[in-house]
Amino acid sequence: MMGKSRTQALLLSLPLIAFIGITFVAPLGSMVLRSFYDPLVAEILPKTVAALGEWDGGALPPEGVYALLAEELRQARADRTIGRLATRLNRQTPGLRSVVSGTGRRLARQGQPPWAEALPRMNKAWGEPEVWHAIAQAGRRVTPTYYLNALDLRMDADSGVVQQPEAKRVYRALFVKTIGVALAITLLCLGIGYPLAWFIAHSPPRRGRLLLVLVLLPFWTSLLVRTTSWIVLLQQQGVLNNLLIWAGVVADDQRLTLMHNMIGTFVAMTHVLLPFMVLPLYSVMSGIPPVQMQAASSLGAKWPRAFRRVYLPQSMPGVGAGCLLVFILAMGYYITPALVGGQSGQLISNFIAYHMQTSLNWGLAAALGSILFVAVLLLFLLYDRVLGLDRMRLGS
Amino acid sequence: MSKRGEGAFVEFREVSKSYDGKVLSVQDFTLSVAKGEFVTILGPSGCGKTTCLKMLAGFEEPTSGEILLNGRPIGRVRAHKRNIGVVFQQYALFPHMTIAENLAFPLQARGASKHESAAGVKRALDMVQLAAFADRRPGQLSGGQQQRAAIGRALVFEPDLVLMDEPLGALDRRLREDMQYEIRRLQQRLEVTMIYVTHDQGEAMVLSDRVAVMNGGKVEQIAPPEVLYEEPGTLFVANFIGENNRLDGEVVEWTEQVCRVDVKGKGVVQAFPVAVGEGDHHTSLTIRPERVELNPAPGRTANVFDAKVQDVIFIGDHLRIHAELLGCQQFIVKIPNIIGHGAVLPGDTVKFGWLTTDCRALDAAPPTQTGTAPAQ
Ligand SMILES: Nc1ncnc2c1ncn2[C@@H]1O[C@H](COP(=O)(O)OP(=O)(O)OP(=O)(O)O)[C@@H](O)[C@H]1O
Ligand SMILES: [Mg+2]
Repeated sequence: MMGKSRTQALLLSLPLIAFIGITFVAPLGSMVLRSFYDPLVAEILPKTVAALGEWDGGALPPEGVYALLAEELRQARADRTIGRLATRLNRQTPGLRSVVSGTGRRLARQGQPPWAEALPRMNKAWGEPEVWHAIAQAGRRVTPTYYLNALDLRMDADSGVVQQPEAKRVYRALFVKTIGVALAITLLCLGIGYPLAWFIAHSPPRRGRLLLVLVLLPFWTSLLVRTTSWIVLLQQQGVLNNLLIWAGVVADDQRLTLMHNMIGTFVAMTHVLLPFMVLPLYSVMSGIPPVQMQAASSLGAKWPRAFRRVYLPQSMPGVGAGCLLVFILAMGYYITPALVGGQSGQLISNFIAYHMQTSLNWGLAAALGSILFVAVLLLFLLYDRVLGLDRMRLGS
Repeated sequence: MSKRGEGAFVEFREVSKSYDGKVLSVQDFTLSVAKGEFVTILGPSGCGKTTCLKMLAGFEEPTSGEILLNGRPIGRVRAHKRNIGVVFQQYALFPHMTIAENLAFPLQARGASKHESAAGVKRALDMVQLAAFADRRPGQLSGGQQQRAAIGRALVFEPDLVLMDEPLGALDRRLREDMQYEIRRLQQRLEVTMIYVTHDQGEAMVLSDRVAVMNGGKVEQIAPPEVLYEEPGTLFVANFIGENNRLDGEVVEWTEQVCRVDVKGKGVVQAFPVAVGEGDHHTSLTIRPERVELNPAPGRTANVFDAKVQDVIFIGDHLRIHAELLGCQQFIVKIPNIIGHGAVLPGDTVKFGWLTTDCRALDAAPPTQTGTAPAQ
């Protein structure tokens, strides 16, 4: 009996499990997988990579390896996979794109054994061990390359893991900046959201509902529209600048740059994320009976003391939930900084998008995304340790 | 009733309160409480009891009228300066603090040192017998323990005046009775002035020096419990305090000592005119069930009527008889158990009699009030 009802329960929940699997686990898993598993080179140059496995790595590889490479490059060109191969190898060692695609072009027209002489004639890079090291490296299906790149590191042929050259270090600073911006926005949202939520929660029901709708209104408006309206307000010829000039605060030739920089990112993101702070706060605060503050004052506490000792601690679950929510969302926010952030206002997710859409370096995008994901997960665990997730209240 | 002015510690002077500007939740509330007195505000739910306490504690402002504490108007004194201990209807303990922290709160707010506050908390915890629970949070206590903690917190800073708003409302009967006794004992020992709110008339009778009965925002009567019981001034009080029989009728004859009332043509009752003057016609008569005599000796009682017994309930020390009398279907009589079980049986026709002075002619019931007898 017991076993049967268990099976039944399991069967009934199968659709849900499947749903979670398809919508949550699968995409997340494929992202994480992509960040360290890259079979491209091993699939296009299977024999070369295998042969390079036996290579001692000292001088140049033997003639047999040259021959295999020539054969597989020809095949790749015929299959039209050589472009991807070139891009991938170029990521491993800059400059390899032209080496690979150039050699492929020439191989189609000419070339015969001995390949160990023919290939270096086509491109002298084939006469140097670095290229072969690069192919061997890239030929590994499981690769730390993307994570190393995401942390401004790279593999060096002889000295192992080293820092990227100064000019190419981007991501570590960007992670730090993203965390800083997310923190600042969280604090801003808290500073605005707390009094707002207080006011809504302790208004008479009618006014409270109205205010809540006003807070929720942005939720129901397209994010693009909201962000665009900030552009209208903040741009150099925008409403705010015009107002300031009209009021005589700034001169016409000194219009403030409020957009396409950090200020724009701050203003627009705080606005967009504010409801995520207000809602949990409101839900917790409306559960705190007004009689609590009355009790505190009847016991002789002035308002500030009553607030600090009685109200604030009871609203902490809302503060925790709101801050966590806003911080996590701010860490991953993308559209708003992309539109109003300009050059200096870009955050990590904009770079992830760049690698997804423009540079097509999905492995790096996945590695950056995974690091972000793990960071958020760690934050969650930290929160659980310190405040307790079970005390968090998102809604009543 | 204590006099206004001299000796009055708390005084409401014609205080009215409206929350919405239309309905008066409290209307012309006047009450003065002497120092050390235990006064209860008694009334049904929604009659404005809590509102009165809130105005006194400083959480609400009167719409009109004035409240004096110790002879001084307190309209401009903020709640945290009034030094009034309040026990709230919903306890209002601070859920995130331990019981000891809850009790320390008022002491710390008054700038007590750590040492003083610890000593004060200990004394108060002993007083309400919660010393063993000092480190628990309110959520980990039973209702009665939470109640005691709330009382301890309202007393720990030694206020001169303590307000309690239905503090026993959520407790079961046994516990209520124990707590009533404890509250009374504490109040007498500490000699604090107490204004206590309840909708339970039994509780009000047990605890209070005087009771103010409220109904619909107005005071009906303010008097010591025994006076309220014996000499209710209005029909509402007569029905609210203890059990009463009610007969509606028309005044046919009136003097200051006695009036004769025709009860729907079924008989004429002699009564003591409390709230009927010359020229009034409608009245409600009330008779306590225990003041009715079974088969009285001829001439002993001015009122004697035939009654048809419908039900007899054996309580032990008395018999409770439900009968039909003068058209009233639920006339209740309590007879001391001297006659013995079985002396009166359902279906019997008996005589019931009562004295003129035990039958009070009060204000007529408004037509909407559910009466004992249907109209016509
Ligand atoms: N904050 C408020 N706003 C509007 N109306 C209120 C408010 N508080 C109380 N009232 C109204 O005032 C009237 C008296 O309320 P009050 O709380 O004083 O009653 P109560 O006698 O304490 O009742 P209970 O025994 O149920 O506690 C009620 O009709 C109530 O609806
Ligand atoms: Mg009340």
